[in-house]
Amino acid sequence: MTFLQFVFYLFSAILVFAATMVVTVRNPVKSALYLVLAFFSAACIWMILHAEFLAIVLVLVYVGAVMVLFLFVVMMLDIDLARLRAGFTRYLPVGGLVAVLMAIEIALALHIGFNAEPSRAVSALGPDASNTRVLASVLYTEYVYALEIAALILLAAIIAAIVLTMRKRADHKYTDPGHQVTVKREDRLKIIKMDSEKPQAADTSK
Amino acid sequence: MIYDTFLFFAGWLPEPARTVSWIVVKILAIIAPLMLFVAYFTFAERKVIGYIQTRVGPNRVGPKGWLQPIADAMKLMFKELVVPARSNRYLFLFAPVLSLAPALAAWAVIPFSDTLVLANIDAGLLYILALTSMGVYGVILAGWASNSKYAFLGAMRSAAQIVAYEIAMGFALVGVLMVAGSLNLHQIVTRQSGGFWEWYWLPLLPLMLVYFISGVAETNRAPFDVAEGESEIVAGFHVEYSGMGFAVFFLAEYANIILIGALTVLLFFGGWLPPVEIAPLTWLPGLFWFGLKTFVVCFLFLWLRATFPRYRYDQIMRLGWKILIPVTLVWIVVIGLGKFYTPIGFIFS
Repeated sequence: MTFLQFVFYLFSAILVFAATMVVTVRNPVKSALYLVLAFFSAACIWMILHAEFLAIVLVLVYVGAVMVLFLFVVMMLDIDLARLRAGFTRYLPVGGLVAVLMAIEIALALHIGFNAEPSRAVSALGPDASNTRVLASVLYTEYVYALEIAALILLAAIIAAIVLTMRKRADHKYTDPGHQVTVKREDRLKIIKMDSEKPQAADTSK
Repeated sequence: MIYDTFLFFAGWLPEPARTVSWIVVKILAIIAPLMLFVAYFTFAERKVIGYIQTRVGPNRVGPKGWLQPIADAMKLMFKELVVPARSNRYLFLFAPVLSLAPALAAWAVIPFSDTLVLANIDAGLLYILALTSMGVYGVILAGWASNSKYAFLGAMRSAAQIVAYEIAMGFALVGVLMVAGSLNLHQIVTRQSGGFWEWYWLPLLPLMLVYFISGVAETNRAPFDVAEGESEIVAGFHVEYSGMGFAVFFLAEYANIILIGALTVLLFFGGWLPPVEIAPLTWLPGLFWFGLKTFVVCFLFLWLRATFPRYRYDQIMRLGWKILIPVTLVWIVVIGLGKFYTPIGFIFS
């Protein structure tokens, strides 16, 4: 076994372990953290394939942004462990069916789509070719329309998400930032002149 | 020559072990000075802010206070590590590590001079962006695992803030990438050769400002330090940490500041290149110029902290989403159009 194979099996083992923990661990926060570990191990395996752009973008987008927001939401949940324990066996048949289907699909895709040589597409470039440059030149010439359509769909989703949050509340104390920065001292503060007062002598007669 | 010395001591090792230990030696050669700089950067911070506020700062330990960081480190190392009773023990102890590890790992691709770099990888800029985006996990986990309201509020603030400013930071780097035509940090610097006016700070002036401001926000430094916000939430995400746990967060914060300083220098101020490429200046080693410029940028962090009061939280969000991101988007379009469709495209190359 070469060193590369050792590294591959190490990352694969971590990936499989983390993926198992994602679905079996009870606490949703820990589950999300195991998902982060799974993404990270997958990125390392892509790195072994010389797909450095995909690997780093996986970490950047999924680990650095998506999972942060995910954790943000999950941490807000009121975690009731007893109730979480209940549902596992009930969803097992459906979940198992989906898992088997996906395994079959991936096996078919790897066998037919890549002709049983999954690493060929990347390593054919040679070790010195800049992965990012090659990917970009294909993406922005051959697949430019597909890319633009995907970008438009994402833009629509962003706008829709923002529109959903746009509701006016009656008791909202919103202040206009433009108004705030133009406020002068005279609007807020009044200086009055008054004569100094003589302090009252303390009453010690009692 | 250094490698020969290394072989003298470690030549008896079999092949994979020898390569691995040589890499470990190189890593130590980066980490050890970095930790020393971090220690003395905390000292510099207290001294600089002291003088800005017409105080003298720490001056009791050692001559003129020079041993203060050593004393601080000793104190933090030997303090008791208190783990709150109802916290999540493992995550509580793991969070500081998760905060420090990306801050140190990012240094692997930083070129200190023309020849001095640990890993001169092709996608260096992406790697940096990916690793700096991971630092937030330490903060979020610390806040959640502490099982404390103040810590949790700090973590939530930090998560929202870092996600917002990371986008502006990423777009600023896209601008650098468009002008340099490369993701390799070494190439980005060599494209800037030719002196002060050739550096990227001029054609990318808005992006440079956005990058630096986002860098201050990403490292949770004043005036964007609402994750700690002493006046509102005690100490934010690290309120429950004591001793070494707290110290590791501290190390991570300062390592990140120096990293942002180094990156600003590499991307916008010509890295190890001298400001004017004439004889006496070019004789000085690249490491000197790189260090000098990095110190100047790091000084700005201290200056900012001593000058500005803390931002209000909604104004931080407004600045990130409604000002910095639109500025970067507009300038990216300007670069793209300017570079390919106008006669003055040479500015952007």
